[in-house]
Formats: sequence, structure tokens, C-alpha cells
Amino acid sequence: MLLSAVIFLPLIGAIIIALTRTIVNASAIKGIALAIALLTFIVSLSLYTGFDETTHFMQFKVQNSWIPELGISYQLGIDGISLWLVLLTTFLTPICVLAAWGSIDKGASGFMISLLMLETGMLGVFCALDLFLFFVFWESMLIPMYLLIGVWGGTRRIYATVKFVLYTMAGSALMLVGILYLYFQNDNSFDLLTLYDKAGTLPHQRLLFLAFFVAFAIKVPLFPFHTWLPDAHVEAPTVGSVILAGVLLKMGTYGILRFCIPLFPEGTVAFTPLISTLAVVGIIYGALVAMVQPDLKKLVAYSSVSHLGFVVLGLFALNSQGVQGGIIQMVNHGLSTGALFLLVGMIYERRHTRMIADFGGLAKCMPIFATIFLIVTLSSIGLPGLNGFVGEFMILLGSFISGAFSKVYAVFAATGVILAAVYMLWMFQRVMFGKLDKPENQSLKDLNLREIIVLLPILLFIVWIGVYPKPFLSRIEKSVNHVLKQHTKAMAAIGESQNAVVVDAGLKGERE
Amino acid sequence: MSVNLIILLLISPLVGFLINGLFGKWLRNTEKLSGWIACLAVLVSLICSVIVFTHVKGGAELNQTLYQWIAAESHEYSKTELGSGESATPLFEWITGNFAFNIGFHVDSLTAVMLLIITGIGFLIHVYSIGYMHGDAGYTRYFAYLNLFVFAMLILVLADNYLMMFVGWEGVGLCSYLLIGFWYEKKSATDAGKKAFIVNRIGDFGFLLGMFTLFAAFGTLDFIPIFEQAEFFERTESTGSNLVFGASTLAVATLLLFVGAVGKSAQIPLYVWLPDAMEGPTPVSALIHAATMVTAGVYMVARSSVLFDLAGTGDVVAWIGVLTAAFAAIMALAANDIKRVLAYSTVSQLGYMFVGVGIGAYASGIFHLMTHAFFKGLMFLTAGSVMHAMSNELDMRRMGGLRSKLPITHITFLVGALAISGFPLLSGFWSKDEILHSAWEKGHPIIYVIGLVTAFLTAFYMFRLIFGTFYGKSRVDSQIHPHESPPVMWVPLAILAIPSALIGLALLSWKGHDSAFHHFIGGVFSHHGEKTAHHADNVLLFMAISSIVGIAGIALAWVKYRDWTPLAQPQSAIHKLAAEKFYVDEIYNAVFVQPIKKVSQFVLWRGLDVSIIDGTVNGVAFVVRTVGGSLRRFQTGVVQSYIVSMVIGIIIFLAYYLFIR
Repeated sequence: MLLSAVIFLPLIGAIIIALTRTIVNASAIKGIALAIALLTFIVSLSLYTGFDETTHFMQFKVQNSWIPELGISYQLGIDGISLWLVLLTTFLTPICVLAAWGSIDKGASGFMISLLMLETGMLGVFCALDLFLFFVFWESMLIPMYLLIGVWGGTRRIYATVKFVLYTMAGSALMLVGILYLYFQNDNSFDLLTLYDKAGTLPHQRLLFLAFFVAFAIKVPLFPFHTWLPDAHVEAPTVGSVILAGVLLKMGTYGILRFCIPLFPEGTVAFTPLISTLAVVGIIYGALVAMVQPDLKKLVAYSSVSHLGFVVLGLFALNSQGVQGGIIQMVNHGLSTGALFLLVGMIYERRHTRMIADFGGLAKCMPIFATIFLIVTLSSIGLPGLNGFVGEFMILLGSFISGAFSKVYAVFAATGVILAAVYMLWMFQRVMFGKLDKPENQSLKDLNLREIIVLLPILLFIVWIGVYPKPFLSRIEKSVNHVLKQHTKAMAAIGESQNAVVVDAGLKGERE
Repeated sequence: MSVNLIILLLISPLVGFLINGLFGKWLRNTEKLSGWIACLAVLVSLICSVIVFTHVKGGAELNQTLYQWIAAESHEYSKTELGSGESATPLFEWITGNFAFNIGFHVDSLTAVMLLIITGIGFLIHVYSIGYMHGDAGYTRYFAYLNLFVFAMLILVLADNYLMMFVGWEGVGLCSYLLIGFWYEKKSATDAGKKAFIVNRIGDFGFLLGMFTLFAAFGTLDFIPIFEQAEFFERTESTGSNLVFGASTLAVATLLLFVGAVGKSAQIPLYVWLPDAMEGPTPVSALIHAATMVTAGVYMVARSSVLFDLAGTGDVVAWIGVLTAAFAAIMALAANDIKRVLAYSTVSQLGYMFVGVGIGAYASGIFHLMTHAFFKGLMFLTAGSVMHAMSNELDMRRMGGLRSKLPITHITFLVGALAISGFPLLSGFWSKDEILHSAWEKGHPIIYVIGLVTAFLTAFYMFRLIFGTFYGKSRVDSQIHPHESPPVMWVPLAILAIPSALIGLALLSWKGHDSAFHHFIGGVFSHHGEKTAHHADNVLLFMAISSIVGIAGIALAWVKYRDWTPLAQPQSAIHKLAAEKFYVDEIYNAVFVQPIKKVSQFVLWRGLDVSIIDGTVNGVAFVVRTVGGSLRRFQTGVVQSYIVSMVIGIIIFLAYYLFIR
């Protein structure tokens, strides 16, 4: 019940706004949206307090039949894998509402309705335990996102939205085929939990793996499926970028961990070398391309490609360090990249440009902005003591010890640590340092109270996760270990000699 | 020694940082207050360090975990849990063990010495900064950063494991970045800060991989368990086949860690950031880029002495060290900027320290670290005093004859220069001689000779600096009126001058071939039974050689520079080469920086990303649209044309079945 409330509260809010939008003014609409988003966040906190970290089982389960003739059920639940992503979503949404406060005047109601509907869609994706339900949420979230970019976006917004939607749809089409196939394998049911028990015995694992994986890889986005991302980010309004980077991309990595790895262990093992290679290529490639971007948003967008490469590498390390690191890094990326987009949005609102070359010396006139920007930058480049390091360290360590050859991935991926410093600090230098010699910049105002309130909660978590990540990791632990155990068990059940060799190499490296 | 004492020691500068960082806006009007808060914070740490020192002297040690930082229970299960029969193969028995990285302290005599250096010299430099930074717009910001630096440096030396050490390691790197680029409106300053951070990151890449290698071998990153198991590990491994590229795990791990040290302590080939780092305020150069942070690499190698000894990788360390020492000394000969001379000299002296720890004379290496912290910290502060007097002029060609104008600065600078030159009985003499002597004793005659030649060069360039700045005719611009610094600046100089001169003498009272310092710190390195390198029969001979070399360098400088008329151009090719820093920066730029930028810009972004990948995506979209557009023409809505299509289709279908199959 709690989960249903969390998921559908935003939708109810959207309906309220839709019904009242003609009677109340824009600021009241924003007020309603903020209240609903905050309420959702507060309600979702009881997921944190009530979460039992000693078990891997799904918690806060909701189970109702929906269309029993077709084996479709309304089934929800969260475990350590989804908990933080749910909370990240409910945490970022009120921040987004507040961030959009000053910039969205044209059609505030439509904007807030889209945002709240989007929240419902995203939460549903993270909580659904029925494949059909999952797919419904997965697709439903496309529409509000389409509107957010397509209506409130920049000049090339239509190109960007169409590209974004088509890319995603192409992936989902394959996934739908996979889901339907699984439905028949699962005795005409879309129930994910019963499917887990059959994981080791599913036929055509490699094909199924690919069908799901491509959909998720596009969403992540994994190199080379990433070219929709820079366009979408550049054209999206600030809030769209924050949600896109903060939550939407995580749906891809979440899907990999929720479906691909536990359901298709054989496929997972077969494709691990390929995927790890693509992840490492993405890490380096994203960083190098980010380095030469003249546009701040594109720079952050490509840096996301690099960061998400780390997440995927961690997941496919298939050990607890790597996977836990991957999950914590999903949260970290949501926080730091979300904050980066907010910051870029804040100077965009002031200067109506995102070109790095148009700035310089902002530290002089915007010291608070510069300080917060610096902290977020450092978090993004993985400075120990801030959140990014915890994730990157665990991922790299997990990858390093996961097998004999995986050391090579870890070594190459670790160069991303150097490159991140290069592109972020160079950008920071060009924007913040130097003489404040451009007249347009000289009168820029520092952050106002609303903007500081928007950023402070994120900073709090950036430091908290960096200094004391235990409350986060301890809730992830059991579920990750369970997935890995399931995976290993399934591999054992398959018992194919060829795969055994691969796994052997992977597992023996552990103790070396 | 209670853990609360250590916590107080560590937290105090953090509190200072937070006060100045968060409330700096309101403190800005009362500049002095902000400075003294920062000083007080470090003073508390200093007092704690002295107490710690007395405890450690009494034989106490501390090893305590504060809390678990990154930790998780790993999935661990036995074969029986797997159930079915075939899974009983060991293939799937996957036990990684729990992993836990803690925040915890390890305090022994090595730590105690480092603590005293950091907080002692740190405190004096904080006080000095009150005068030096007076009137700067970023006054509170400066002290916030300086406190944060002390905090990070304390984390580095207090850590009981490599990961926490790495936290401090990167933390000091951050503060170095912030302080080098402190005057952020100056492009050269922010460039230098960025360069320092990135070059350090290259080193940290090695450090990270070194940690992974250790974790893969030992399942932990805590010092004590690793050091305890290392010998057993090395023994069993040498009989097994776990070698990576023919090298043992420990060799790989120590060399990777050393890459980190090469970055942090500015050795070849990653030294390039340190000379540029002089863009920062001068007290920063004294504290971070001379006395403390740059010695972190030496500390780390000394801390890992067990591993370096077992792996036998010390030779690499020593050779990198001695080559860096010589190379940097040559560049110092041709530099005219007094801070740059000191910077190259720092690189060079760090090289000596690596020779010390590389050849296994750990106590001597740390001893040199300590004496160097005093005399080099002192010299940087005096250089700051000169700058203060000369309206930020740094070029010694435009100085000369400052002796009479700046008497205190002159005397204290002279003490530092004599110490580094190895003038008999001053601190640098003892520590450098010990390292060189040990190199000879331990069978590295070539390192000894290079080290000796470098010692000569050191004395020469240092006194070139002294004579060029303080002696001869004044070449000072007539607009500038040099004046001695205020007491808040010269008192720290005077205080630092005392240990720079005397600490060697005080600590090296032989008692049965064992100096007080070695006696104190030797226990940390006793695993291989390091004895003092001095043997009574040879020691005087080696000291005599060192003395002669040092004095000869000073004498030659006297001959050439006591009445110096600088030439506009370097006279010889080698001089020009050295003055241009052997074009190393240019080579790095041409070989690494530019190609990476160009490839990223034109090949990866414009080429691969925009043209090929996105081109393909848009191409597919275009094809689909065109094909869809053409196909649409078939959907004419005219029934006859549909029938025609259908008939054609049936004919083709039949033809296929009848004739081809």
C-alpha cells in the first residue's frame, strides 16, 4: 500500500493540477506541485525507516491481480537494489520543482503535470515486479519526457525529442519481444519472482539477454548507443536534464541488474567481455569527447557517458564490490550530475548561454556559486571524502579482482580517473577563473536563497555518502549478494563446460 | 595515549577550516581574527603532537579503528548451500571474504616525527602568513585552505591503512591545487594549479592500482596485517606461479605505489608540476611544496619499508631519486627566479630522500626529510620576505646587495643555504652525509658519486643565489625601496633558523654508533635489522669528503658570483638547455597533451561521434523515411493496383515453389 501511495501520489497531484489549472494562477500551481513532491518524498522516507536490511526479499510488497486472464498482475516491491533509486527519484523531484520555479512561466501547469507524471512513471519502473507492469511504466514515462523536452526545450528540441523517443522505442520493441517470450516460458504469467526461480533453465538465453540488454544499453547509454544523450540534454530544459541524468539513465543500469543478470546468467557470462570492453571504451571515450566540448551541457552529458561506463563495468564485475559500487555510483551520479545540470541551468538563466568561452572569472562575482560548483566538480571527479570516490573505488576494485583478464579493464578504466580531472578542472578553470573581463558577466548576481536551498540537500548527501556510506551500502548488500548467488547457482545448474571455463577464470581470479 | 587525543589533533584544523570557510564572509572585516583562529587550530594540533611524541618516546604505540568506511559483507556460502550434486565442483565456490576499509589511526615513532614536522612548521608558517597575506582580498579563504591542508596531511600520516592514506593523499593534492591557483585571476596560477592536480592524478592512478594489487593479494589494505603476512606471502609466491609478467606481486604493488610517490614528490618523470607550483603564495610553497606534502611519497615508501625490502624494488626508488637529484640540480644552476631555484632544489633534495629510503637507509631518509623541512621551509619563507621587500620581484638579476637592507632575512637565508649545502655541523650536513655514506656502504658506488657531484652543485647554485641576491652591487630598480619584514614574519624565520642549524647536532650525539634520532625511529624499520650506517672507522673520512665538496661548491660560487653582472643571454648551449628546462614541458605538450586534444576533437568527437555513429543513426532514420515514403506510393487506395500487386506476388511465390525448390 505504501509503495502504491508513493508511486501514485504524484499522479494524483498531476490530476489535481489539471483540474484546477484554470482557476488558480501559476504560482499556486507551482505551490501545489511542490507540496505534492515534498509529500511524496516524506512518505517515501518511511520506505527508508521501515526497510529491513537483513533480508534480500522484496519488501513493502503489493500484490493484486489486474488482468488475470492474461497473467498480468499488479505487483510491487522493493529491495536493496531499488530502494535508493526510489528515494533518489522522490528526493530529486521536489528539487526540480523548486529549480523550475523561476524559469518556467509559459505553461507552468503543463510543465508540472508532466514532471509529476514522469515521477510516477519512474517510480513504477523501480518498483514493478510484473514484467507487463514494468513495461507499462517504462513506456509511460516516455510521454511526459517527450513533452518536457519538446515543449520547454531549446531550438532543436523536436529533433532531439524524436531522436530520444525513437532510440528508446527501438530498444523497447526488442524488449517487448523478450517479455512476451518469457511470458510463455513462465506458464503464461508476467510474474517476475516466479521467473527468477526458472532463471537457470530458460532457453535461448543469449538472445533473450540481448533483447533486454539493448533496450537498457540505449537508456544507460552505453557506448556506442549514446548519441541521443548529448542532443537530448542540450535541448532539454534544466529540470529535464536533471531528471534525465539523475534518474532516467539509471533505469537502464537498474534494468540490467534487475533482469539481465539474474534472469539470463548464461547470456550474462557470454557477453561480459564484450560489455565490459564497451563500458571501458565508454569511460575513456566519453571523457575525451567531454574534454573538447565548447558547450557546458554537452560536456556534462558526455561526462555522463563516462560515469555510466563505470556503473556498467561494476555491474559486470559480478562480485559484491563491483555491483554494490555500481549501485552506489548510480546514486552518486544522480546527485552530482543532477547538481551540475542545476548549476549550469542557474548561469544559463542569468546569461542565456552555455558556451564555456562566454564565461571566465565568475568566481569573482559569484563566490557562493563557485564554491558549490567546486564541491560538485570534485565529487564528480571522485575526490576521496566525497561521494564519487566511494563508488569508483568499489567498482574499480571489484573489476580488478573479478578475474584474470578483468585487471586489464580496471587498469584502462582507472585512466578515466585522470581524464575526469582533466576535463572537469579545465572547464572549471575556464568558467570560474581568470579575469572577469566580459562586461555581460560583471553584473551577474550570486545565487539567491531559493537556489541555495535547491542545492544544499544535494551537497549534504555528497558529503554524507563520501564520509559515511555505510547506511547506504548496508541496505544494498543483502540484495546484491542474493542476485550474485542466484547468478552463480544458475550457472552451476547450466553446468556447461564451456561456460564453466569462463566462470572459472572469472572466479579463480578472485583469490589470486 | 588515548584515541581522543589523536581525534583532537586531527579535528582541530578541520574546525578551523569550517569556521573560516563558512563564516569567512563575516570574518573578513576583522582580518587578524581569521588568521589567529587558523593559527590557534594548528597550535592545538601542535600541542597534541608534542604530547603524542612524549608518549611514543615512552614506548607507546596506537593502532585503533575509528569506524568502518567502505565495508560490506560479501556473499559467502559453502558448497552445501548450493545444493545440487554437480555444483560441488570448486568452480562455483566463490568466497571473496568480507571487505572492510576503515578509518583508523596508526601512531608510532615515524608518525610522531611527521606529526611534529607538520604541526610545528605548519604553525610557524600560519603565523608568518598573517603578515605575508595582510591585505589580500582572499585572506579568510587562504586560511581556510591552509587549515584544510593541515587536516588532510594529518589524515595522510595518521592512517592505519593505504586507503585512508590515499584520502589524505588526494586531500593534500586538492589543497595544493586550490592554493597554487589561489590568485585565480592570474591564468598562469590557475594553469599551474590544474597541472599540479592532473600530474598528481597520474601518480594517483598508480597508487590506486597498487592498492588493488595489494588487496587482491592480502584481502585488506590495513598496514599491520599486510606487513605481517608479506614475508609469508612472498615466500609462498616465489614457489608458485602467481607472477605477473615475471615479477612478483609485491614488486608490482610496490612499483605502482611508487608511481604515486613519483607524482606527489615530484620525481622524474612527473616532477614538472612543482616548479610551476611556485605561482602560489610563498608560505604555501614553504609549507606544502617544501616541508610537508611533497615529502608524502618518501613517507609512504618508508611506511611500506617491509614491502619494498621484500620485493627488492628499492633500487628503482634509489635510482629514480639520484637521477632526479642530479637533473633538478642542473636546472637549478640556470634558473634566475629565486623561488624556482628553491623549487628545483626541493625536487633535488627529495631525490636524496628517495635514495635514502630506496637503499634501505629509511631512518636516514626520514632524517633528511626532517632537516630539509626545516631549512627549505626557512628558505622559502625568507624568499617570501625578499619578495615582500622587493614588491614581488623574484628575479635575482634585479637584486644584489640586499644584505644591508634586509639583515635578518639575509642571516636566516644564509643559515638555510649553509644547511642545504652541507656545511659542516649544520643539519643538512648530517642528514645528507648519512644518505651518501649509506649508499656507499650498501654497495651503490655510482649512486654515491652522482650524489656527491649533486651535493657540489647544490652548494654552488645555492650560493649563487645568496651572492646574487644579498651581495655585490645593488641592481635593484630605483622605484623599489627594500625594507625588512614585520616581526610577525621575521620571528618565525628566526625560530626556524635554530633547528635548521642545530637539529643535526642535537640529534646526532653518537652513543655507541647510534644517534638519538635513529634510536627513536629505528624501531619502525627494525624488521630487517637496519643498523645505523655509521661505522666509526669510516665515518670521519666520509664526513670530510662531504665537507670538502660542500665548501668547494660555496667557494666556486664566491669566485663567480660575489660580484655578479648578469648576462642577458645564456653563454653556452648546455646553459640554454638548462635554462629552458630541457624543453621537457614542451615535449610533454607535443607528445601527450596536443595529440590527445586533437584526437579527441577531430577524430573522436567530430569524426567518430558526429559523423560515423550519429551519421549512421540519422542515416538509418533517413533510409526508413525514404523507404516509407516510397512505399506509401503503393498505398494508393486504388483496388486495381492492389490486385495487380497481389497477382504478381502469387506468381513469384508459385514460381519459387515450382521451379526453384
